[in-house]
Amino acid sequence: MAASGARLHLVTPVWNRSTRGIRGLSRAVGPEGSQKKGRSLLQFLADRFYDVQALREYLLRKQVLTVHQKNRPFTYIQERFGPHVAGVYFILKQGGAVKFQGKEWIRSNARGHFPLDFVTFQAVPVEAVDASGCAINYQGLDSLLALKELQSLWLQRCPHVDDWCLSRLHPLANSLQELSLAGCPRISERGLACLHHLQNLRRLDISDLPAVSNPGLTQILVEEMLPSCEVLGADWAQGLKSGPEEQSRDTASPIPA
Amino acid sequence: MLRRALRLGLGRGPLSRGLGTHRGDSTLDQNGKLSEIKKKIQSVLPGGAWNPLYNTSHLPPEHSDVVIVGGGVIGLSVAYWLKRLEKRRGAIRVLVVERDHTYSRASTVLSVGGIRQQFSVPENIQLSLFSIEFLRNINEYLAVVDDPPLDIQFNPAGYLLLASEKGAAVMESNVKVQRQEGAKVCLMSPEQLRNKFPWINTEGVALASYGMEHEGWFDPWCLLQGLRRKVQSMGVLFCHGEVTRFVSSSSHAVTTSGEEVTLKRIHEVHVKRDHSLEYQPVECAIVINAAGAWSGQIAELAGVGKGPPGTLQGTRLPVELRKRYVYFWHCPQGPGLETPFVIDASGAYFRREGLGNNYLGGCSPTEEEEPDPGNLEVDHDFFQNKVWPPLAQRVPAFETLKVRNAWAGYYDYNTFDQNGVVGPHPLVVNMYFATGFSGHGLQQAPAVGRAVAEMVLDGHFQTINLSPFLFNRFYLGVKVQEHNII
Repeated sequence: MAASGARLHLVTPVWNRSTRGIRGLSRAVGPEGSQKKGRSLLQFLADRFYDVQALREYLLRKQVLTVHQKNRPFTYIQERFGPHVAGVYFILKQGGAVKFQGKEWIRSNARGHFPLDFVTFQAVPVEAVDASGCAINYQGLDSLLALKELQSLWLQRCPHVDDWCLSRLHPLANSLQELSLAGCPRISERGLACLHHLQNLRRLDISDLPAVSNPGLTQILVEEMLPSCEVLGADWAQGLKSGPEEQSRDTASPIPA
Repeated sequence: MLRRALRLGLGRGPLSRGLGTHRGDSTLDQNGKLSEIKKKIQSVLPGGAWNPLYNTSHLPPEHSDVVIVGGGVIGLSVAYWLKRLEKRRGAIRVLVVERDHTYSRASTVLSVGGIRQQFSVPENIQLSLFSIEFLRNINEYLAVVDDPPLDIQFNPAGYLLLASEKGAAVMESNVKVQRQEGAKVCLMSPEQLRNKFPWINTEGVALASYGMEHEGWFDPWCLLQGLRRKVQSMGVLFCHGEVTRFVSSSSHAVTTSGEEVTLKRIHEVHVKRDHSLEYQPVECAIVINAAGAWSGQIAELAGVGKGPPGTLQGTRLPVELRKRYVYFWHCPQGPGLETPFVIDASGAYFRREGLGNNYLGGCSPTEEEEPDPGNLEVDHDFFQNKVWPPLAQRVPAFETLKVRNAWAGYYDYNTFDQNGVVGPHPLVVNMYFATGFSGHGLQQAPAVGRAVAEMVLDGHFQTINLSPFLFNRFYLGVKVQEHNII
C-alpha cells in the first residue's frame, strides 16, 4: 500500500509553460516508461471505482493541507514574545536562517534544532532572512512581514512563493534593500511588476525563473521600473533565438563591402 | 497484460460496444418493423413514457433537482458550490443549460477581467474579497486529480481610481468603508501620485485611491474552464440548448393586509436543442436564473412581471442587455510595468496588457448614447470621441497611440441600481436569481455562487449576507446604489 501510495501521482509535477493556460483543456502528459504504465492502471481504476477516486482526491487534499499546516502562525509564541520573535521562530522552524543586527547568522542544524537564545533579542532588529528552499507560502508570509526592519530577504528556490506573495511585500518597502527570488518556479513577470512598491531596493536577483515568459524583456522592464536597483537576471539575449530563415539569408546575401 | 485483460473484460471490447449503444435504429426501420414493435410495446405498457427504441443520449435528462439556466461563470460557480456544499455525495442532481458552448457572446470571456475592492457598498467589497481568496487558492478549490493545475494569470497590479474636486469627499468615505471591510486601499494626494507614477498628468485630480493588494486582473477564460472541468468531475450534467418554456402551477394566497397574490411553482423546464425543434421537458425542483444579460427574458418566460404595474406581480426583473466596447492599443512610449488598472474621474479606464506596451481600455457610455445591443459590432468613433480624449489628457504619452484591435461585450445591466440580484423570487417560489451584476459579475462570481447555493440548501445566507440584493428591493424601491459606479 505504501509503495503504491508513493506512485500515486497526485498533481502533475510543475506547471508546464508549453501548455499555455488550460485553454486546450489538455490532459497532463504522463511520465514515461514504467511510471506511465502504473499511472494508466491507476487512471483506469480511478475511472471505474469510486473508492480509488475518492482516495486519490483525499490524498491530493492532504498534500495541500500539509503545506498549509507548515505555514500556520505560532500564535502562542506571538502572544508570549510578540510577533517579532514569532516571525524569527517561524523562519528557523522552516529551516531558514536569520541574522540579527550586529550578530551572527542563526541557523538550524541538520536535525532541525536551533538555539533559542534569540528570544532575548526582542529589541534587536532582524537584518536579514535567508528562507531559501523553504515551504513558505502566502499565508506564511504573515509571520515574515512582522519583521519590519528587514533589509535583505532571500527566497531562492521556494516552491510555494508565487505572484500573490510578491504583491504582499509592500509593507517592507521602507527597509528592504536586497531581495533574491532566483529559482522560484511559480514567480512570473506579473508578480515582478508589483515590486515597484519597493523603491529602496538596491539589489534584486530574478535569475532562473522558469515561469517568466520573456526573461530578457522582463529584466529590462524591471530595470526601468526600479531605476536605482541593480537587477541580476538572465542575460538579455537568453530569450532570443536566431530564426532559421535569418541564417539562410545571411549565407545567401553577398558579403557587405 | 493485466490492463489488456481488464479492458477485454470490462467493456471496451467489440462485443460490449455493439450492445452498449443505440445505433442502428435506421436499419431496423427500413421495413417498417420499428413502428410495429413500438405499437406493440405501447399496447402492452400504456401510459409509459419510457421508450427503449429512441436514442436520447443527446437530450438532457428527464429529471434534475436543480436546473441552472446559463453556463457562464456565475452559473458554473453556483453549480460548483451546490455540489460542494451538498450534505451527501451525489445528493443533488444539477443540470447546467448553456445555449452557446463556444461562449462567443458570453459576458464572461469578453470582459477585461478586473477584480477590485474599491466599491462603496460593503456587500460588494465582501463579495470581492471572498472571490480574491478563491482565486488565490484556485488550485485547491478547483483541483482535479490528474489534470494540470490552473494558471489564473493574476496580475496583482492594483486599481488606481482618480477623483476630481467634486468626487473627493465621496472617495474618502468610500475608502473608509473599504478599510473597515479589510481591503488594503491607500489614499494618495496629487503630489504623491506624481512621484509614484510620473506618467500621469494630475491636472484636475484632487484625490486618488490605490489598492495595494488583492486587486488586479486575471484570465476569465481560465476561471471558466477551471470551473467547468471541476464541475464536470463532480458530476454536474451539461446540456447544449435553450430554455424555451416553463411549465408551472399557480396557487392563490391572501396576504395579511388582504391582498391577493398568485404563487407560482415551476415544475418543468423545456430545453430546446440547438438548430432543431426537438425539446426535452426536464422535471425539476429549483431553477436558477444565471443567464446574465439575457436573464430578463428568462424571468419573463417564468411569468415574472406579468401583472398589473405597481404590484409585486407586475415587477419585472430590470436586467437588460448593454453593449460595452473594449479597445486594445499599442503605445511605445506608454507607462511601464508598474501600470495599475487606472480609472479616470471621467469614467475612462485602461490597463496594461502583456509586456509589449499594449493597453486595454474603454469607457461606459452615458444613458443617452447607449449603443444598440443587437449585435457585437464595434463603434470606432466612440474611441476617438469619448475614450481617447480623457485618456490622452490623463496620460500624455497616449497622444500617440495606435488602436490595434477592439471588441464588444455585454453587460447584464441592472437598470434599477446597477447591482446584482441574488436569491429567490418572492412569487415564483422556486426560481432563484444570480444575475444583474452590471459588469462586476466575473469578479464576484465565486462568492455569488456560494451565496446562492447556501440560499438553496439552507434557506438563508451564511458566509456573506446578501439580503440587500434580494429581488424584493425592486418592488419596495430600495436602491443599493454604488457611489462612483464605473
